[in-house]
Amino acid sequence: MWISSPMALVTATAFWAASGVPALFLPRRSSAGQLAGTGLALIGSYIGLVAAAIRLFSTNPVEDLRWAGPIRNVACVLRLDALTAFFMLPVFLIGALISVYALEYWPRQRHPRSSRKSQFCFGLMIAAMATVLLAGDAITFLIAWETLTLAVFLLVGDEQNAAPTRRAAWVFLASSHFGALCLFGFFALLRSTTGSFDLWPASLEGISPNTATAFFALGAIGFGLKAGLMPLHFWLPGAHSSAPSHISAVMSGIMLNLGIYGLLRLGMLLAHPPAWWGATLLGIGGISAVFGIVLAAAEGDFKRLLAYSSVENIGIIAVGVGLALIGKSLDRPAWIVLGLAGALLHVWNHSLFKPLLFMGAGNIAHAARTRQIDTLGGLGKTMPRTAALVGIGALAICGLPPLNGFVSEWLIYLGLLHTLTESDPGKWTWTTWAAGAAPALALVGAISLVTFVKFFGTVFCGQPRGRAAKCVDPPAAILGPMNILAAASILIGLFPLALVGILGRMITWWSPANTDAGELLGRLAPLGWLTAMGLILVAVVAGVLISLIRYQREPVLENITWDCGFARPTSRMQYIGSSFSQMLEELFAWFLRPRIELPRLYTLFVGPTTFRTQVSEPVLDRGVMPALRSAENAIGRARFIQRGSIQAYLLYILGVLLFLLLWK
Amino acid sequence: MFILTDFLHMILLVAMPPLLLGVINKTKARLVGRVGPPVLQPYYDLARLMGKGMVMSTTTSWIFTVGPVVTLGAVLMAGMLVPLGRFDAPLEFTGDVVLFAYLFGVARFFTAAAALDTGSSLEGMGASRDVTLACFSEPAIFLAFLALVKLSGSLSLTRMLLGPGAASAGHLPIAALMLVAAGLFIVLLAENGRIPVDDPGGHLELAMIHEATVLDHSGPLLAVILYAAAMKLMVISALVLHVVLPVATGWLLLDWLIFVAGMLAVAAGVGVVESVMARLQMRHLPTMLLGACLLCGFGFLLILR
Repeated sequence: MWISSPMALVTATAFWAASGVPALFLPRRSSAGQLAGTGLALIGSYIGLVAAAIRLFSTNPVEDLRWAGPIRNVACVLRLDALTAFFMLPVFLIGALISVYALEYWPRQRHPRSSRKSQFCFGLMIAAMATVLLAGDAITFLIAWETLTLAVFLLVGDEQNAAPTRRAAWVFLASSHFGALCLFGFFALLRSTTGSFDLWPASLEGISPNTATAFFALGAIGFGLKAGLMPLHFWLPGAHSSAPSHISAVMSGIMLNLGIYGLLRLGMLLAHPPAWWGATLLGIGGISAVFGIVLAAAEGDFKRLLAYSSVENIGIIAVGVGLALIGKSLDRPAWIVLGLAGALLHVWNHSLFKPLLFMGAGNIAHAARTRQIDTLGGLGKTMPRTAALVGIGALAICGLPPLNGFVSEWLIYLGLLHTLTESDPGKWTWTTWAAGAAPALALVGAISLVTFVKFFGTVFCGQPRGRAAKCVDPPAAILGPMNILAAASILIGLFPLALVGILGRMITWWSPANTDAGELLGRLAPLGWLTAMGLILVAVVAGVLISLIRYQREPVLENITWDCGFARPTSRMQYIGSSFSQMLEELFAWFLRPRIELPRLYTLFVGPTTFRTQVSEPVLDRGVMPALRSAENAIGRARFIQRGSIQAYLLYILGVLLFLLLWK
Repeated sequence: MFILTDFLHMILLVAMPPLLLGVINKTKARLVGRVGPPVLQPYYDLARLMGKGMVMSTTTSWIFTVGPVVTLGAVLMAGMLVPLGRFDAPLEFTGDVVLFAYLFGVARFFTAAAALDTGSSLEGMGASRDVTLACFSEPAIFLAFLALVKLSGSLSLTRMLLGPGAASAGHLPIAALMLVAAGLFIVLLAENGRIPVDDPGGHLELAMIHEATVLDHSGPLLAVILYAAAMKLMVISALVLHVVLPVATGWLLLDWLIFVAGMLAVAAGVGVVESVMARLQMRHLPTMLLGACLLCGFGFLLILR
């Protein structure tokens, strides 16, 4: 059947790659190109979604497509298997929704200078991500990987030609290339081990422990950098916040998934990976989750806040993957099933609620013309629909029941706690390690609540601040995609049982020893109860609310807010985002090291004064940049060999050639 | 049989919470030599509030109204997961322990959002303190859960709390359980805004936590908030009591009576703590809650050993 073959996905990818082309031949301000491009993108997404969905349900999980390439002995291989299909679905879904969102959010008339380039690069970005997932040989993979980096680089530096934006784009480019360098090493090692460029060999049994360690180190750095795991997350906040919001939504919602995809493939290389692989991943995931969300809570720019919260969510996913890896090395089916099911479901969930939140952030930034939480307030009155949608996203990302974030975090918690119920004194070190992640996740949950109450509460609630009175809800083309994402979040949260089959097949695919993963998952995790509990909660709340309203006999009066006896409380008195998170920031000051400028209050009658705190990115500003600067100084001493004259360079070449001749 | 116990559970869950507040207040009054209000005073207060009108701030939106109701719903659901007495809770399944903890998160989210909805800096301050302090009580609760999971080998709250006593009455790690109980008791004080964390009778808005988040609610909505707070006190008290008293006599009714008496004793204990201690400074609260985490963590380590 054509529709379920890799060919269908190649077609879908081609549609996406071509989606930006028509606009290039049309005038700058004409919206026809944008419409045509969106049409092509939607067709591509439709084909891609159907093809990937059929593959998820099919019994034949893998199919190859092989073209003999121009280079001898190297064929271009495209492979469609269950894992590819699983990660492919969000790519095409979010891609389609974003291209509809962009019709109104980034219309041609308002951005004539950049919009054609932006649309072309956006189509290329989605196509490159699809190709990375499809790639069955290392060369295709790396070409697509680098195309993705370049497309995103051009998109990040898109909005204005401002210095911070340019810096963010360059940091992204440089760090992505560092990651790609590790992947070049990874694939070279793979080639020397297996003798071919074909990707994702079923298993590499019999390799030496040192080779296995090299595989893990190169893969974890290369893919971890793409995923944004701490401390390799430093490129992420700048790139996510500088890009236009719809691009940030794609980067955060689906591009980071590619890193997780790579880590999962890494875990498939060995039937019994060493237990420290999983333990390392679990530890890094825990660190990313805790410190990612602490940085998010301290952030004053809501797009950077959302970017740091992506670090947190990727960390939670890594905890699940790490648990599954430990389970795989110790032969614990329950750990594999619960850890991997939680991680995979969280991948999907994060791909739903994070784009939702970034789209909401785009609406706010567009209407209020600022990204600073502290200058906003009371937007819920003038933008009620955006407020409700962002509220759903915030509840979901905090992992609160009955929304989808809770389901995946619940599965991971179950896996972590499950390690304690198996009594095997020989392996108790790994047990304690895994179980220790549960309180860490609880800490993460509590801090993410601070973060998103800060975001939702101080932006949408209270008295209007800033331009709030002039803000309006965006049109249907923007709200429609957001509604779809919010509805999907609610549906997965209320009816997770529907996904058990897919998750079970994915687990069996990832760890073939677990043939009955779906059945085991159903037994270990009673997802049906979550449906019942969610529906009861909704029913109880609705019941109490209705009976309260019907019961109310006495009059309801209106008055101003009680403010300790102030007769006229103003919006300048209300709590802002920074004040809301100040207590938490002080508790984590040892990590955040905020730069605080205190007001100078020396005279009796104090005039206007300022108070300012700023938290810089700890790894980038305190680690990477100083290190690079000192490296630049050291390497700069060798600059004298760059003569700038062609004779000198020819002399160098001659010297090197002579050296090589003599050496061999 | 099951229907009977479920019925008893729901009656206790719905009717008893204000009584605990009454006992706390009576204990506090008697300890300083006052007569104090009647034990049933909280019921009268709730009834009077339900009959009153409401004053809504012009700043607020639907969040302000929905907040308290969601809080009550979430706490009620949590109450259906924790056993009240030596019989199973009405709702029990593997993994409900995580849901239990996260339902309090739902309550906290909506309380804080409703507080910010008034635009009052005092309520914002209270909400900020409330959600920040929870960053320490949540890990403490989960460390206690780790200990209970290890002890009972189960992931459902009913089995975790009732299991240890039924299975191995003679070999209970008493020291570990006492450490966990001490940690949970601190969490109980913090989560319910009792002295030394917060003063429920306080009248200085600047220094309040829980009370400050509900300054603007009035009438029936305030009644909902107070009732939900009392129920939360009861639910967490039940958690503490099960850890302190893990053993059972085997007779259902006697055990049930012992449980009810135990709940009143926990309430009296809270009253005693409130009478003999002053409020801690705000900056010392995280240290105290970190202490709760450490107590639960050491309890877990003792069980692992």
